[in-house]
Amino acid sequence: MTATRAPATDAGPATSRARRWLPARNPWRHPWFLEGFTWIYLIWSIVPIALAVLFSFNNGHSQSVWQGFSWRWYYADPVNSVLHDPALHAAVVQTVRLAVFTTLIAVPLGVAFALGISRWRSYTASTFNFVMILSFVIPELIFGVAMFFVFTVLFTSVHLGTLAEVLALVTWNVSWPAIIVQARLVTIGKQYEEAAADLGATQLQTMRRVMVPMLAPAIFASAVLVFSSVVDDFVLVDLLNSNVSNTPMSVYIYSQQHGGNGGPALNALGTIMLVLSFVIAIIGFIGYRWMTRGERGSRVAALTTIAGAEG
Amino acid sequence: MQLRGDRPRRPSRLRRQSPGSNRLFWAALAAPGIIWLAVLFIVPFYAILAIAFGTINQLFGYPVAVWDPLHWSSANFSAAMRDVVGTSAFVGPIILRTLVYVAAASLLSLLIAYPAAYFVARFAGRRKGLFLVLLIAPFWISYMMRMLAWIDLLQTNGYVNKVLTSLHLVSQPVNWLGGLGPTVVLGLVYGYIPYLILVLYAGLDRIDPALIEAGRDLGLGRVRTFLRVTLPLSRQPILTGMLITVLPMLGDYFTNQLLSGTTGTTMLGNVIDDQLSTPGLQGEGAVFSMLFLLVLVIPMIYYVVATNRSSRAAT
Repeated sequence: MTATRAPATDAGPATSRARRWLPARNPWRHPWFLEGFTWIYLIWSIVPIALAVLFSFNNGHSQSVWQGFSWRWYYADPVNSVLHDPALHAAVVQTVRLAVFTTLIAVPLGVAFALGISRWRSYTASTFNFVMILSFVIPELIFGVAMFFVFTVLFTSVHLGTLAEVLALVTWNVSWPAIIVQARLVTIGKQYEEAAADLGATQLQTMRRVMVPMLAPAIFASAVLVFSSVVDDFVLVDLLNSNVSNTPMSVYIYSQQHGGNGGPALNALGTIMLVLSFVIAIIGFIGYRWMTRGERGSRVAALTTIAGAEG
Repeated sequence: MQLRGDRPRRPSRLRRQSPGSNRLFWAALAAPGIIWLAVLFIVPFYAILAIAFGTINQLFGYPVAVWDPLHWSSANFSAAMRDVVGTSAFVGPIILRTLVYVAAASLLSLLIAYPAAYFVARFAGRRKGLFLVLLIAPFWISYMMRMLAWIDLLQTNGYVNKVLTSLHLVSQPVNWLGGLGPTVVLGLVYGYIPYLILVLYAGLDRIDPALIEAGRDLGLGRVRTFLRVTLPLSRQPILTGMLITVLPMLGDYFTNQLLSGTTGTTMLGNVIDDQLSTPGLQGEGAVFSMLFLLVLVIPMIYYVVATNRSSRAAT
């Protein structure tokens, strides 16, 4: 930096020419082109969704021509609104039900798995850790096909429907808590456990009084991720639903739009999904910040953790 | 320590490391997850095998699973092969189309996502939080809602056609949703780019700025610093990011259904999805799923090994 500033302190005609080209070649100048590109990307990624949300308030049947503001597709319309159409209503309830059940099962299962796997050094442990990561990357369609066959041919007492959906969603999402908790265990290290053991705590006490409190932010973040990924899930529930009472929002939107029955009521349903996800995301962000208060780490770190960038 | 005064102090360390109850405790913690994965992840894949190598009930058309490998039949395989290479083959062109769409969509995603992620990771400065919220926002919005957004925009009387006609770029509205390949590619890019951008951002953010500054101090220009320092260092995030977008794109069957719905844009995922809901063809669907999985097993294992290596490097 001193080298580039030096000519500016000299007076005289000899340096005036140098000064003229120096700003142009300043190697640390702000990359306006990149910033412009990023803004265009952001506008492209967000404006269409904002318009779709807007059309859920359209006072008409069109999804593309604005006819004035109304709440009719949410509750005002006595037949076709989300509140009054039984199929739309059932879709909202089913999505929330699946998300709650899946989170309640997958998170404890994944946390216990992560703790056990990372401390239990054995061939079985490393094999199943590999299987767990495989379940994280396998294309959802193939996993869905496997689930479809296992519930229609082998475990036939599990009929297609809510139970099959929950079992599949838990298997699909158990890798979130397992991966995030393992990552957190690595950063915590073993010294706290060893200290607790040296002070005479039994293993169960160490778990309850030391490990679980220290893992709380990771457990919380993974619960948020599981919940929101169930809300957004489409492929598994599309393959495993059997009738309208166990069809969640994503599948309902797809089948109606694809069947040519689109309309602002679908946008209203999509907007409800969006609000649900955003509320969960905001709760997740604030909760994670609160739990990791007093730790080094910024807002930015909390953001990327809540979005699952740790995995 | 005096509470356990009857025990010598130093061996307490040995007690902790000794196997026995310790191992049992950890195994018991891991057991529910292990059993769950065994029953609901490993067994289902064996079920695909048993159905792919099984037979079809001739009368009702439901698949009959054959669990014993000694009695496996190749009927479903030959049916699948007839569809891929035989005289009535229809799957060959679909596989080709899937590859072209996915290649175009993933390259386009990378070209869009990399500069944006690079900017946010390196230059956003104090506005990083704002940019990151905006980058992550689509990640929280359901895929169906995002597709719905483009269905609204791309309709014949939608805003895209309005803008294009008012700028006189097209003389009459284009039927974007009538089975155009580029529309499907756009849908795939729009649908999967948030995942890519997040992985790229996380990877680029980890690059030590001192390395880039060193490149510059040693006299490299902007472009050459990028090519010789930043790009080689971001190879790993690019590879994992591409995998994380390409794998689901290959199995996608809903984007083209929503954005075109004609047979001219059918992808491999549609073949499997259709066969699954057609009596008599479910066995063939199992064969295609299995072959699809076989092709993807190598990139998947690569991903697992790569993430394992990088997490070990982080410790």
